[in-house]
This record gives sequence, C-alpha cells and structure tokens, in this order.
Amino acid sequence: MGNWIINHGLTAFILFLWMGINIFLFVYFYFFYDLPDRFFYTRHLLSSALAWARAPAAVLNFNCMLILLPVCRNLLSLIRGSFMCCGRTMRKQLDKNLSFHKLVAYMIGLMTAVHTVAHLLNVEWYNNSIRGEYDRLSTALSMLEDDPDDNTTYLNPIRSNSTTPTYFVFTTIAGLTGVVITLALILIITSSMEVIRRSYFEVFWYTHHLFVIFFAGLVFHGAGRIVRSQTASSLEEHNITLCKDQPENWGKIPECPIPQFAGGFPQTWMWVIGPMVIYLFERLLRFIRYMQKVTYRKIVMHPSKVLELQLVKAGFKMEVGQYVFLNCPSISQLEWHPFTMTSAPEEDFFSVHIRSAGDWTDKLIEMVQNLPEGGQGPKMGVDGPFGTASEDVFDYEVSMLVGAGIGVTPFASILKSIWYKFKDSNPKLRTRKIYFYWLCRETHAFEWFADLLQVQEKEMEERGMGDFLTYKLYLTGWDQSHAAHAMVHFDKDTDIITGLKQKTHYGRPNWDKEFEQVRKENPSSVVGTFLCGPAALAKVLEKKCVKYSDVDPRRTKFYFNKENF
Amino acid sequence: MGKIEWAMWANEQALASGLIYLTGGIVGVAGQFMGWQFAAFGIAAGVFVCLLEYPRSKRSKGTSVERTGQYCFTVCVKAFGPLTRNYYVRAFLHAALCVPGGFMLATVLGCVCLGIASLIYLSAAIHGEHWEPILPKKEPAKRIGESIKQPPQNPPPRPPPELRRKRAEDLESAAYVNPIAVTANEY
Repeated sequence: MGNWIINHGLTAFILFLWMGINIFLFVYFYFFYDLPDRFFYTRHLLSSALAWARAPAAVLNFNCMLILLPVCRNLLSLIRGSFMCCGRTMRKQLDKNLSFHKLVAYMIGLMTAVHTVAHLLNVEWYNNSIRGEYDRLSTALSMLEDDPDDNTTYLNPIRSNSTTPTYFVFTTIAGLTGVVITLALILIITSSMEVIRRSYFEVFWYTHHLFVIFFAGLVFHGAGRIVRSQTASSLEEHNITLCKDQPENWGKIPECPIPQFAGGFPQTWMWVIGPMVIYLFERLLRFIRYMQKVTYRKIVMHPSKVLELQLVKAGFKMEVGQYVFLNCPSISQLEWHPFTMTSAPEEDFFSVHIRSAGDWTDKLIEMVQNLPEGGQGPKMGVDGPFGTASEDVFDYEVSMLVGAGIGVTPFASILKSIWYKFKDSNPKLRTRKIYFYWLCRETHAFEWFADLLQVQEKEMEERGMGDFLTYKLYLTGWDQSHAAHAMVHFDKDTDIITGLKQKTHYGRPNWDKEFEQVRKENPSSVVGTFLCGPAALAKVLEKKCVKYSDVDPRRTKFYFNKENF
Repeated sequence: MGKIEWAMWANEQALASGLIYLTGGIVGVAGQFMGWQFAAFGIAAGVFVCLLEYPRSKRSKGTSVERTGQYCFTVCVKAFGPLTRNYYVRAFLHAALCVPGGFMLATVLGCVCLGIASLIYLSAAIHGEHWEPILPKKEPAKRIGESIKQPPQNPPPRPPPELRRKRAEDLESAAYVNPIAVTANEY
C-alpha cells in the first residue's frame, strides 16, 4: 500500500480532484436550474429537461477548457522546467498528458450525449407548447411576444406555431452551432479509435483538426441566449404562486403583471478563451521552431531500412530518454512525428533513428536515398525536446536494463551517455557495471541497435573495460530453422544474427538465473532494475526484485523502476 | 502504417452512427415526438447498422484487432456473401437507411452521421477495398512425413561405409542391393 501511494498517489489525487470538480459542477448547476423561482415558468414548459441540459453544459465548459491544455507540449515542457526542484513524481504526472486528454475527451463525449438528448426534448416541448397542446399556462407563456407596446418579453424561443423542431434548430445560432460541433466531435472521436490512430495516423491527425470548427462553434453556441428566465424585478411584482393559476388575468389585475423574461449571459467563451489563446501561442511557437535552421551533420543508412539522422540545431539541449518532433515540409507541411533521441547529451549533435514504418518514413528514406553525394538533406523542422529525462540510471552502482522490443530505443541514449560519463570519469556517474537484457521477437527490425552495441563493444575492448557492459540478447520468436542455423555456426566468434560477441539466446530469459548471477557478481551493491516494456514483464521483474533483495544492508538489493517512454 | 484503409474508419463511423441513430430513435419514440414513426424506423435502422458493423473487417496488411466477442457476428455477416463483402452495397445501404432520419429532429444527427459513414464507405469501395471476415487461424494440417510412405531405401543392417558410398563414375556397381525387398507399409 505504501508503495502504491508513492507511485500512484499523486495521479489518483489529480483524478479525484478532476472528478470532484465535475460532480460539483453537475450537481451545483442541476439545482441552480431546478430550484429557483426565476426558472419556474421555464420549468413549466420544459420540466426537468432544463436542468438535465444545463448541468452537462457546465461540465462541458470545464472539460472543454481542460482538453486543450494537455496537448500544449511546449507549455508542459515549460512547467516541467519550473518544477525542477519539486522532484520527479510531480514532473512524471506531466508525462501522462495524453491519458488525461483522453479521459477529458470521454467526459466531453458523455456529457454531449446527455446535453443533446435533453435539448431534443426541450425543443420538442417548446414546439408543443406553442401549438397549444399543453395546459392554459403553457400556451399563455408561449404566446408572450417581444412587444414594447404591450410591455411583454418572450419565454418560448419558438415564435411560430407552424414550424417544425428541425427547422427551428437549423435556423437558430444555438441549434445550428450545436449540430455542427456535435458532428465535428463525433468525427473526431470515431477517427481517434485505437485501431485508426495506430494504423492510419494521417486520418486521425487530419480529422482531429476539426477541433478548430468545434471551438469556433462552441464560443458562439450560447450567443442566442435561448435559455430564458424571469427577471428579478418581474419576480418581485409577479407572484408565481398566486398568478400561475390565472394566466388569463395577467396584466389585468395589479397582483399579476405580465412576467418579464431575459436570456442568460453566455458563459462558455469565458471558459475556453484562455486555453484557446494558449494553444494559439503553442502553434505559433511550433511554427517558429519549424522556421529555425537545422543542419545535417551526417546521414547514415543502416541495414533493414533504418535511417539515422544526426542533426545540429543552435541552442538545442537534450537529456537522456527525451524525444523530439520532426516535420519535413517537402513531405507534409502539417505533420509532426515523434522520435526518441538516440544520442547522448554529451555529444554535440542529436540523432534519431527512423525505421521505415509508414508513408511518412518511407518517403523520407526514399528522399534521402536519392540525395546526390554530399548533398544536404531535405529541410527539417525540429520541435522539442520533450519528456522527462530518465536520469535515475546513473544513481545506481549496478544497473540492470531490460528492454523489450521497440522499448530498446531509449536505452541507446542511456547506454551512450553512461559510456561518455564513464570515459570522462564524471562524478555524477556512480555506475560500475551494467547488465543489459534485450528481449525481442524478431531482430531484423532493430539491427541498427546491434550496430550501436557493436561500436560500443569495440571501443570498450580497446580500453580494456570489456566487463563494464554485459548484455544478453533474447530472441523470443524463433523456429527450428533459426536453431539449426545457430548450431551450424556454433564455432563462430560472433553471433550470426547480430554480429556481436555475445551469442543470442533463444527463448525468454530465466530471470531467477539472471538475478542469481547478478547477486553473485555484485555481493554488496545496490542494483537498479529498469524496464522499458510491457506491463506483464514489469510484474515479473518487480517480484524478482523483491525476492532477491536482502534485508541485510551489506548485501545486494534490487530496486525496480519502470520507465514510460 | 502504409496505405490508408478507409473502410476501417467508415466502420467506426457507421457503428457510432448506428448507436446515435438508435439513441435518437429511442428518445423520439419514448417522448412521442411529432412523427415518432420515423424514430421507430431509426431504432430498427440503428440496431441493424450496429449488428452489421460490429464485426470488424480483416486488414489487408498487418494484425487485425477484433472487437470483443465479434466472432458470432462475423459468421452471420459472412453468410450474406457478396452483399456484405462489397462496400458499394454498404455505401448505398447506409445512404438509403439514413434518409428517413432526416424527417425528424431526434434522428437528424444519426442521419447525418450515417450519411458521412456512407461517403467514407464509398471512398473505401472506390479504393478497391472489401470486407473480409477475421476468422481464427486454422492450424496448417501437419503433413505426414514422407518417410512413412516411402520407407528408407537402405534399411539396417547397413553395409560398411566404403561399400555404401556411391562412386559417381560407376553408379551401376556402386548401387547396393538390398537383401530383402522393400515395400511401403501396407495395412
């Protein structure tokens, strides 16, 4: 339980706070419309659908204000920078920005549904009252018109008894903007489903820009002031309890003057204007970043279609485990794609490894391959760096790094950085030994990483520190032909798949054996275990860390860290 | 990532439209709105669209993700053969289904959404896509080892290696003659 509070306490607190505000707004505005006398006549026409429409509206205002903030990545970077003193847990919350964005979006979807259904009922009931299908009072209220001579103001926004609800909705500001922004929202939601987002990013990306229409419509949605209530001065003169039963006498007896109504002040724009301005600045900043000059230091084409770009940009400072967004205007002016950086902060450039995975990456690789000898690459815009640095690795004497599949990418930067710090005997580095485990289903996609390991292996051997880094590769997806191939080449010095000194293992690692070995080799060390991979593996490693840690302070201890990159 | 398969988005959009159509229909019927008969149609159309669209199509490339428990729906939808396979049919079906929804407010949203879904399906059909069921992969039937049908031509006890090795220049004399006649097992 203590562990849980340390790891998830703040997240849970933020969620409780958010949910609490949502519930408060809903309940507060429900009773705001359901209890007071000034809505008595409005409620007589609409009954509780009035409150059921207005309460979700308030929650929608709040969530529409929030939804833009988590996607302002430069704003988050700024906040992260100013929280430097407040520790990691605070900063790590900011890395969950997209989960929060989704959560807020779900709430918007739900509240939109309630709001829309309630308004469907409202429009229908307004229309029925003006047609005189309800009691005398409803008809009388609906017949009130804006007439300065008679000193009347209207309550029912439907002014004609020969119209249809559909016609009414498409001819009023609130109705028309409501339909348009609901449609925009539906399209945004359907194109953001996991299947689409993961497989056809362009569809998701371009459809999401309907948010411009959504916010434009949202700002004007309340401008028609359709929800009307009895004015305060009218309430004083016009006693509801007395007058509600004799609408035919309104304006005829002094106790019951004709009630006066006024529309509510539109509030939505006040909620969303701030985040809209912030988001505008965010896009402006992205544009400035995009205009800044980025030069190519080196372009390397690795086997299995992996492109390495080494870039230089003035004033760019990175940390291990961070990522950047790249924009290549000759492919697409609008698309920004994230890439984990694979260079170390100690290097005077930053590099990304781009694997052929889709239209964008394919086009980039093709363009680079067709470059003339020594030519500069296509113009590239760089936004970033983003993400929390994963510097904990350097705090442990011994580090066990476990990468699974694509999760190996951030370790490129970490390994490089450790290597540089070790070379310069940087006092910040306490690491003496690194165990690196790499589990993957198929190696061919990650050959470039083996490349990098190979270079490090060679350099370390030259310096006579071969035992600083121990790495083990596990191929989890293999068949008989792999095994036969390995058996044939058993005597070779280097591995047949990766070309590394270490032979690839087939199948999953036996963690008991690995932990036992680490404990034996480092009998009195504090070992940090770092995982970048699936949750199932995290559970296994967490248990092993506990199992192999010794209470005796002089013996080996394992600490588990899960990095989310 | 690769080529965009429009049908995937069309499917999400159509499923959502089905739900919205259904919801609008329920509101219209329950509230006894003017022209609630259209809403009743909306309920039927919404349910039908949901049932039709629930089973996701197989992607032309890469892993296909099934919706929870879509298997029985897949089988039913597959039974209609070319009618459900062809996306032109879906595009026109959805376009036809959405029209009555336009006659009353409660189903207008469902109508427009389904119309958009129909347009996306049309684009999918023009791009040459079609619906493919996601069925559990059949384990390839294990081939019976050849050796069962054809027993070793040289069963033990074998002659010493120098006799066994065939000399290329003199195949006739190198051939080893089996002491026992060899035939396939016959049961």
